[in-house]
Amino acid sequence: MKCSQCESPATVHLTEIIDGKTKKIDLCESCAKEKGVTDPSGFALADLLLGLGASSEIESSGEGKQLVCGACGFTQADFKKSGRLGCPECYSTFADPLEAMLKQMHKDTLHRGKVPAHLKEQRERGMKRADLQMQLEESIKAENYELAAQIRDQLKQFAVSTASRPKE
Amino acid sequence: MKMELNEFLISAEEFGQRTGPHDAIVLSSRVRLARNIVGIPFPGRADRESKQRVLETVQPAVESLPEMKSHFSGAMADLKAVEKQILMERHLISREHAAKGAGSGIVLNRDETLCVMVNEEDHLRIQSIRPGLQLKQVWQRIDKFDSELEAKIGYAFSDKLGYLTACPTNLGTGIRVSAMLHLPGLVLNEQVNQIIQAVNKLGHTVRGFYGEGTEALGHIFQVSNQMTLGETEAEIVERINKVVLQIVEHEATARRTLLEKKPNELFNHVGRALGVTAHAHIISSKEAMNLLSLLRLGISMNLMPGLERSSLDELFLLIQPAHLQQTCGEKLASEQRDLVRAGLLRKRMKGVKGVKPPPEPSDA
Ligand SMILES: [Zn+2]
Ligand SMILES: [Zn+2]
Repeated sequence: MKCSQCESPATVHLTEIIDGKTKKIDLCESCAKEKGVTDPSGFALADLLLGLGASSEIESSGEGKQLVCGACGFTQADFKKSGRLGCPECYSTFADPLEAMLKQMHKDTLHRGKVPAHLKEQRERGMKRADLQMQLEESIKAENYELAAQIRDQLKQFAVSTASRPKE
Repeated sequence: MKMELNEFLISAEEFGQRTGPHDAIVLSSRVRLARNIVGIPFPGRADRESKQRVLETVQPAVESLPEMKSHFSGAMADLKAVEKQILMERHLISREHAAKGAGSGIVLNRDETLCVMVNEEDHLRIQSIRPGLQLKQVWQRIDKFDSELEAKIGYAFSDKLGYLTACPTNLGTGIRVSAMLHLPGLVLNEQVNQIIQAVNKLGHTVRGFYGEGTEALGHIFQVSNQMTLGETEAEIVERINKVVLQIVEHEATARRTLLEKKPNELFNHVGRALGVTAHAHIISSKEAMNLLSLLRLGISMNLMPGLERSSLDELFLLIQPAHLQQTCGEKLASEQRDLVRAGLLRKRMKGVKGVKPPPEPSDA
């Protein structure tokens, strides 16, 4: 039996039941070590199993054309070999083929967890500004110029406070 | 001033004395977050130079946080092999990380409850660990720590996909919530595989911590979430917490059943474990872990007067290869370790009286 990662003879055989499906993997000594299959903290195995199953998925959905990440030069072949991506930008590069795989791997493909505070703020600011802009247009349409002036002031202040926000 | 790791680490004795909710069954609760820096290739793809840059950015940022007021911070390349193994035996770093050299590092807090691995599979692997079942507290703590850190480090984050990680299995929240469970009752009752399968069906992972299935060394198992995208961290923590509580319930029932239905078998297991640990002259870490596990079971059921759980948990650590070598102050070959290990156990079990069955409940 050959290693599913390289062509060496496989000496490590793994079976795990995930979601009721039995997954089998054969690895050679060095690939097993590299993948941390012997890792006592045990995180690596699930990653490995899913990563491998996933990489064949990504390959088949590529439709022949080879995608390459413009930021780090990572290719689909690299992904198949390692089960890992090259850089954060890879997620945009491989967005299409990843979609199906993520669907299979996770509860959903949309993040619902934590958002870094500065992005949250940015998001909320964007929403608030859009809101003010709409109010402004409405008040002008209603010829309520006093209110329009007030909103304009608010928007101006908004711009100032945004500009004076320290960068990271 | 650079502090040596072995001067920094808390003693095995102190390690064993830590307590937490349900600690007769739940050894520890852990939450890990995977984070990466925007615009830099993941460690598997990064060249030496950018890895070094990540290390030089992350280490000072982590060290400056209030939770790291007293810390050990080091480069993996500067740690001795035995030191890396000690960190592994304490479950503070992964085997993968122990194998890392230039460009990788760790920052560890005073009581060893917070540890950041730099340039493992991701730029940052932040872990918080607490004894017993405290998953929610551990999550709250690591969440706060992570928020403080994100003010100093530009994390790679996408509106749609969340925190971007080297492996798509960690994408989104980047969270791995896990608990280490001691399940000798379920193993002796031959129910453990059933439990493993049931929990796996729920989409979580259960496995022997050191080995597979019923072969799990020391009857120690780990439960963790598998999916990281599409749910909030709190939901994931809550689900794992629920699963753990259910397993705790099953284990408690299994222990009671053993005592009621197969007391002689139970006393035999525990008594033999004491006999061997008290008198053997050669003992492997594998055998020692299984025997200590049975003694721990006996203690939890009040069958072992004079033996404390804290000293058992201390021994669990002390019998590991690197810890043995640290105690002896010299490198030991495997055969020598088996001798020293047996000697240590004999010394500790001296004077421990045999199994004392609980008094029969009288039908008054
Ligand atoms: Zn191979
Ligand atoms: Zn890339």
